[in-house]
Amino acid sequence: MQRNPQLNEKGELQHLLSIEGLPRAILLQILDTAESFVGVTEREVKKVPILRGKSVFNLFFEPSTRTRTTFEIAAKRLSADVINLNINASSQTKGESLLDTVANLSAMQADIFVVRHESSGAPFLIARHVKPHEHVINAGDGRHAHPTQGLLDLYTIRHYKKDFAALTVAIVGDILHSRVARSLIHGLTTLGVPEVRVIGPQTLLPTGVEALGVRVFHDMREGLKDCDVVVMLRLQNERMRGALLPSAQEYFKHYGLNADKLGLARRDAIVMHPGPMNRGVEIDSTVADGPHSVILPQVTFGIAVRMAVMSIVAGN
Amino acid sequence: MKLPDAEELCEKLAAELKPRIGPKSAMVGLYTGGAWLAERLHALLGMKTPLGLMDIAFYRDDYAARGLKHDPKRTRIPFDVSGCELFLVDDVLYSGRTVRAAMNVIFDFGRPASIALAVLVDRGGRQLPICAQHVGARVDVPAGMRLALKRDERGKLALALEAERAA
Repeated sequence: MQRNPQLNEKGELQHLLSIEGLPRAILLQILDTAESFVGVTEREVKKVPILRGKSVFNLFFEPSTRTRTTFEIAAKRLSADVINLNINASSQTKGESLLDTVANLSAMQADIFVVRHESSGAPFLIARHVKPHEHVINAGDGRHAHPTQGLLDLYTIRHYKKDFAALTVAIVGDILHSRVARSLIHGLTTLGVPEVRVIGPQTLLPTGVEALGVRVFHDMREGLKDCDVVVMLRLQNERMRGALLPSAQEYFKHYGLNADKLGLARRDAIVMHPGPMNRGVEIDSTVADGPHSVILPQVTFGIAVRMAVMSIVAGN
Repeated sequence: MKLPDAEELCEKLAAELKPRIGPKSAMVGLYTGGAWLAERLHALLGMKTPLGLMDIAFYRDDYAARGLKHDPKRTRIPFDVSGCELFLVDDVLYSGRTVRAAMNVIFDFGRPASIALAVLVDRGGRQLPICAQHVGARVDVPAGMRLALKRDERGKLALALEAERAA
């Protein structure tokens, strides 16, 4: 049997590549550890010495300011040295040169590689070739996975809802192209959320999505009924140019979250969004800035979650 | 071997600390055993400043060898450390490494006027130049054995000897 590439021979987290396939105990370990890191960000000295002397390389083959910044802050709060590399993927030929890049950085004594790549599976390829003391964290690969975003969503849900066992969670929008949605669905089902719904037009739902253990809705009003958590996904503008959607206005009418539709969810429902938001396309400003929104706390929790992941993998 | 009664040692420590508690005094207990002991002492002494609880997981000196332990607790110090007379409380003093780490944590919160260490048991075997100002009892523990504080469901404290867990 092939070993899970994320775990070492003792079953501990060696790399974080995908939430898929991670045991419940490891997900809980990450969330619990993140909780103790939240306290660090409220102190006078917002730094702990645990990764002193370690080097974290942020390898971004695809641009992302927000994710890169939160990884950078997280690594610095752990006292690691951070090196940011924005590598234009188009100037790279695939395969060998990717591994050459990593081999070169490895020769500069790297300890953790944080990898964002437009190709699904690139972090897995790197993880297979790094030295035993080096660790790879997937910061988003193609349409495949974005595990730290999924974990911070799980952290946020647990923070506000305490217990996963009685929740109804709806994920709304472009599930097809979303690595965030995939990571989150795997996490929610692993942690025992009884009902995960996906809501979106047929053209933006992957075929066979039901196999992930979710209920599918095309009518947003029906899908939002009695939800505890509503996760809105970003609608990427380029989807409009293809044949997938008629227009932003049309999309907002059917799948945008406004106060009226949110009223169908539970009174204490929380609204999440991985950012960056398209106001007026998938979410109305009154909701994004309203009392149900936990979009900014998500960003704050994201730092603690990334601190937890880095300090767990680097110790294993 | 016969171990001292933890409940009696706790009363003894409280009596010893009593005359030292002033308006600037504050207390921090180290998870897990030290936190139980500190909760008890804090109540017995009727201290005004809320109790602080600390986990030193992110400051340990054996992280490179052992990694991060599985369930770090959230450190909460709900008072201003700067200028306070701090009592650091732990159950068992051994190598002194935990206390070293704890002092580093404290200084990331502020600069206390003083730190005194109070422990239920000093088992010797120091590897660092650290000593406790307030000691419930000194106990010789065979090498390879671990002395730990336990708390039962009714909150009663007791010392227990167990085999050292393999790293």
